[in-house]
Amino acid sequence: MSVVTLHINDELVSARSDQKLLEVIREQGIDIPTLCHLEGVSDLGGCRLCLVEVQGSSKLLAACVTPVQEGMSVYTHSERLVRYRRMILELLLSERTHTCAVCVTNGHCELQYEAAELGVDHVRYEYLAPQLHLDASHARFTLDHNRCILCQRCVRVCDEVEGAHTLDIMGRGANGRVITGLNRPWGECVSCTSCGKCVQVCPTGALFFKGSSVGEMEKRHAFLSWILNGRERKEWQW
Amino acid sequence: MTQLVTGKKTRFATAWLGGCSGCHMSLLDLDERLIELFQAADLLYSPIADIKEFPRQVDVTLVEGAVANVDHLELARQIRERSHIVVSFGDCAVTGNVTSLRNRLEVDDLLSMVYREGPGREPRGREGDGILPALIPRVLPLHQVIAVDAFIPGCPPDPDTIWEAVSALLHGAPVRLKQEMRYFG
Repeated sequence: MSVVTLHINDELVSARSDQKLLEVIREQGIDIPTLCHLEGVSDLGGCRLCLVEVQGSSKLLAACVTPVQEGMSVYTHSERLVRYRRMILELLLSERTHTCAVCVTNGHCELQYEAAELGVDHVRYEYLAPQLHLDASHARFTLDHNRCILCQRCVRVCDEVEGAHTLDIMGRGANGRVITGLNRPWGECVSCTSCGKCVQVCPTGALFFKGSSVGEMEKRHAFLSWILNGRERKEWQW
Repeated sequence: MTQLVTGKKTRFATAWLGGCSGCHMSLLDLDERLIELFQAADLLYSPIADIKEFPRQVDVTLVEGAVANVDHLELARQIRERSHIVVSFGDCAVTGNVTSLRNRLEVDDLLSMVYREGPGREPRGREGDGILPALIPRVLPLHQVIAVDAFIPGCPPDPDTIWEAVSALLHGAPVRLKQEMRYFG
């Protein structure tokens, strides 16, 4: 594995040539927000919160899917990036009906946390308030499309870790929907093993355990590194 | 405009639009800080004071609740006209929050579901009678109706958050809440 050197916020940094920018930026102790990124599953550059400026590129690049390159110069917190990240968060909040006060993950939600972190104290865009349903056909879990930000963590963990690929995405852009079993009620999906990984990795209250009330649903991601370290490296840390 | 700047008391008001009054309950939870507040400010209008008309030349107005009906629209515009600083006070004013959950329904369907077809006798007074203020088609956050100068999120905002914002305003300073005071919900 070769080593490359690059500049991050004008600091000289070295990295392995197979690393993505996000990993290297975080190794430097630089806090960069993400919602779709999840350690242990593939990256897709969906939420756009980790956008960075790379000198020589007129486009902003998602750090999670951009490979490091020798000599590149990256800026993570320019005035423009901070402004765009805030806009992205506001657009996420306006696209569906999040209403934190009556959400199962109130107080434990990554979207709510990032909003506060990025200084979103109000949303400048019109709330779309779309007519979306809630699938409670599964015996243990509920899928509430109103709170989904289409980060696809659930889709990836179901496919890449559980190996079931029950979940997927239908439609494009704001019309995208998480679907189960090629758009059948979740409770009727034979491929679903009811493992609950999708629920645990969901950053918002879109996926939750049935019976959870306001603020009661706390997600935990620790199982993911535990499973993957065991499967790939035979390291089992009981 | 503030006591510290001009030597005069701040002309202070609070208003209640489409919300549950929880933000005002949280305001009352300032407890002994209320004494400090009213040493520095005069309360000119509020749901906790029996004053019928919104006064003129108010320095700071906290507005709880979203804009849900024609009365709210009228009061919000009057508040903006007569206040130097308008603050969205709590999640309903800031985001529409629970009040805006009805936005996925048509107003007429909503009234049928909740009132006309609900249990018991239909309540007297239709919107057309002019007794009840007509609902506007969509519940709006305050800043989509009038210009708003500061935002206090939270359902309700914590008394410490309210105090942080109000004491800044009494000192003529902008509201800059810390991250832990900026959470929706």
